[in-house]
Amino acid sequence: MPATPTASPRWRFPSGIRLLDLSLTGWTALVMVFLYLPIVVLVAYSFNSSRLNIVWESFTFAWYQHVWENGPLLRAAQNSLVIACVSTVISVLLGTSGAWLLHRYRFRGARSLQTLVAVPMVMPEILMGISLLILFATAGRGLGFATVIIGHVTFSFPFVLVAVQARLKGLDPAMEEAALDLGATPLQAFTLVIVPCLRPAIVAGALMAFTLSWDELIVTFFTTSAASATLPIRVFGMAKVGLNPMLNALSAIFIVATAGFVVFSNYLKKLSR
Amino acid sequence: MSAMVELRGVTKRFGGFTAVNDVSQQIVGGEFLTLLGPSGCGKTTLLRLIAGFETPTAGSVWIDGEDVTHLPPYRRPVNQVFQSYALFPHLTVAENVGFGLRMKQVGKAEAAARVGEALALVSLTGLETRRPHQLSGGQRQRVALARALVCRPKVLLLDEPLSALDAKLRRAMQLELKRLQRQLGITFVFVTHDQEEALTMSDRIAIVNDGRIEQLGTAHEIYHRPATRFAADFVGEANLLEARLLLQDADCVHVAVTGGLELTLPLAAWPAGASVALIAMRPEKVHVSKLKSPADFPAGAANIFEARIEEEIFQGATDFLVLLTAAGTRLSAVVANESALGDIFHAGDRVSCGLHADDLVIVPAE
Repeated sequence: MPATPTASPRWRFPSGIRLLDLSLTGWTALVMVFLYLPIVVLVAYSFNSSRLNIVWESFTFAWYQHVWENGPLLRAAQNSLVIACVSTVISVLLGTSGAWLLHRYRFRGARSLQTLVAVPMVMPEILMGISLLILFATAGRGLGFATVIIGHVTFSFPFVLVAVQARLKGLDPAMEEAALDLGATPLQAFTLVIVPCLRPAIVAGALMAFTLSWDELIVTFFTTSAASATLPIRVFGMAKVGLNPMLNALSAIFIVATAGFVVFSNYLKKLSR
Repeated sequence: MSAMVELRGVTKRFGGFTAVNDVSQQIVGGEFLTLLGPSGCGKTTLLRLIAGFETPTAGSVWIDGEDVTHLPPYRRPVNQVFQSYALFPHLTVAENVGFGLRMKQVGKAEAAARVGEALALVSLTGLETRRPHQLSGGQRQRVALARALVCRPKVLLLDEPLSALDAKLRRAMQLELKRLQRQLGITFVFVTHDQEEALTMSDRIAIVNDGRIEQLGTAHEIYHRPATRFAADFVGEANLLEARLLLQDADCVHVAVTGGLELTLPLAAWPAGASVALIAMRPEKVHVSKLKSPADFPAGAANIFEARIEEEIFQGATDFLVLLTAAGTRLSAVVANESALGDIFHAGDRVSCGLHADDLVIVPAE
C-alpha cells in the first residue's frame, strides 16, 4: 500500500495495541494476585508468633512444632495417605479395565453403562455421602477405612475411566491386532501392549484420583468412623472450634507438598513422552 | 502344487453388508499373490479372514491343510504387516521384533540371534535400541516386516504396507519385498489398490470387486487378457468399446464399435452366438503413425483407419494422445517419445492408426 500523508499521526494505531497489551498484562497480574495473595498471607502468618491472624508479632517455627506434636492430626494425615493410595490403586484398576471394556466390546447396555459411570462425577457429594451412609447402614456394615475407600473409589474411578477412554479413542486399533497376530493372547495383548500405550492417561487418572481422595471432605464425613478420620475431617473439626495458626502451618506444608506433587507429575509426563 | 491357503465358499457379512461373497480360492505355497481392488471391495476383509481377525459368516479357511476357521489369530501360523505398521511405541526396535518370539517363549539366546538375523535381512542392523518414533517411515516399515518375518510364518499377510511411503521409496520397497519373498520362499498375500504395485511384484493377481474375485492370473494375463470389464478398466488404462456384430465370415467377424468405427476380428475371439460384446484395447497397442496412403500399408493389413489428434499430453517418456477417428470413435493412445526432434505428434494433426487383431481383447458384455 503506498504511504499517503494524512492528518492523523501514525502512532495512533500501535498505541492502541500497546494499550491493549498493557491492560491485558494488568488484568493477568490482577488475577494472579487474587489467586495467590491469600496463600501468600496464609503462609506468612504460619510464621507469626501471635495467635491472631491479623497482627504480626514476630517470626517463629512454633506452629510447625505444634503440628508435628499433634498426634491426632498426624494420625489423620496417615489415614488420608493410606485411604488415598488404596482408593487410587482400586480406581486405576477399575477405571482402566472399565474403559477397555466399553471401548473394545460391543454389548447390550453399553451406552447406559457409559452414562451411569459418568453420574458420580456430577452427582452432588452430599447426596452421594448420604446414599452411601444409608447403604452401609442397611447392609449392617460398620463405618471405617473400608467404607471410606469404597466411597472414594465411587467418585474417583470415573475420572480414570474417562481419561483412559479419551486415550483409547486415539489408539490405533491395529495395535491390539498386531499383538494378537504375533501370538499374544487377548490378556497378554492388553497388559503388554495396550496398558503401556495408555500409561500417560493412567498416570493422569491416578493423579486425579489421588488428589480427589486426598482433599475429599463431604463423602468422607458420612462414611468415616473416628478411627479412620482423614486430614480434611480433622482440620474441619479444628476450624469449627476456631482458627489457629497451626492450621496455617499445616496449610503451608500442604502447599509445598502439592507443588512438589505437580512438579513430580509433570516430570512423569515428560518421561512418558 | 499344494494349496498353502484355501478359502472354501467364504462369505462374510457385516450386518446387511456383504463384504466377501462366496469366495473359493487356493493360494499356492511360495507364491506372491496380490489381492487387487478398489477400496471397499472386500480385499482387506479377505486378508483379515486369513489372519483370523474376522470369522466367516459361511465357509471355511484352511492353512497348510488345517482348518483354521475358528482359530484365534494368535494360534494361526500367519503374520501380518499392518498398513499403519502398528509398532509398539513403548518398545525398542529389537523388542518390537522380538515380541512374537517372546510370546512363543523362544529361549533368550535363540531369540536374540533370530532378531539380529531379521534385522539384518531388512538392513536395519545397528538400530536395535531406537524407538519407533525415532525412525523414518521407511525404517518403520522395515521393522514391521522384520517383526512379522522373525516368527517364520507359513504365510505373510501384507495390508497395503507401502501406501504411507513416498513414490521413490515405495518403488525401492516393492523390489525389496519381491527379493525377500524369493529369498525366503514364504507365501506372501499382498493387498493393494495400486495396480502398478500389483503388476510389479506379484506372481499372481486376484482382481477383487464387490466381494468376489473377478479374475485370477499372472500379471501378463491380467494385463493383456482381462476377463471382465472391471478387470480391463481397473488395471492399466484401457479403451473400452461396445461392439455390435455386423457380419460374420468364415474366419472373422466384422463389428461396429461405439462411435461408428468398424473393426475386423478373428472369429475365434468372438463369443459364440453373441450379438454384442465389449472390446478392451490398451492405449499403447494403438499404433499411430504419420498420415500414409492406404497403399503404403502392408498387403492384407486390417483395422487401419485415419484419425485426428484431439489432444496431446506430454508425459515424459511417453505422449498421451486422444484420437477421434473419421467415423467418430474416440480412442486414447500412448506413443513413445523417442527423441525431441523425431516423430512428434501435435493436437490437430491427421494420423494413420492401426490395430492388431490380437491386441483386441473381447470381454463378454454383462
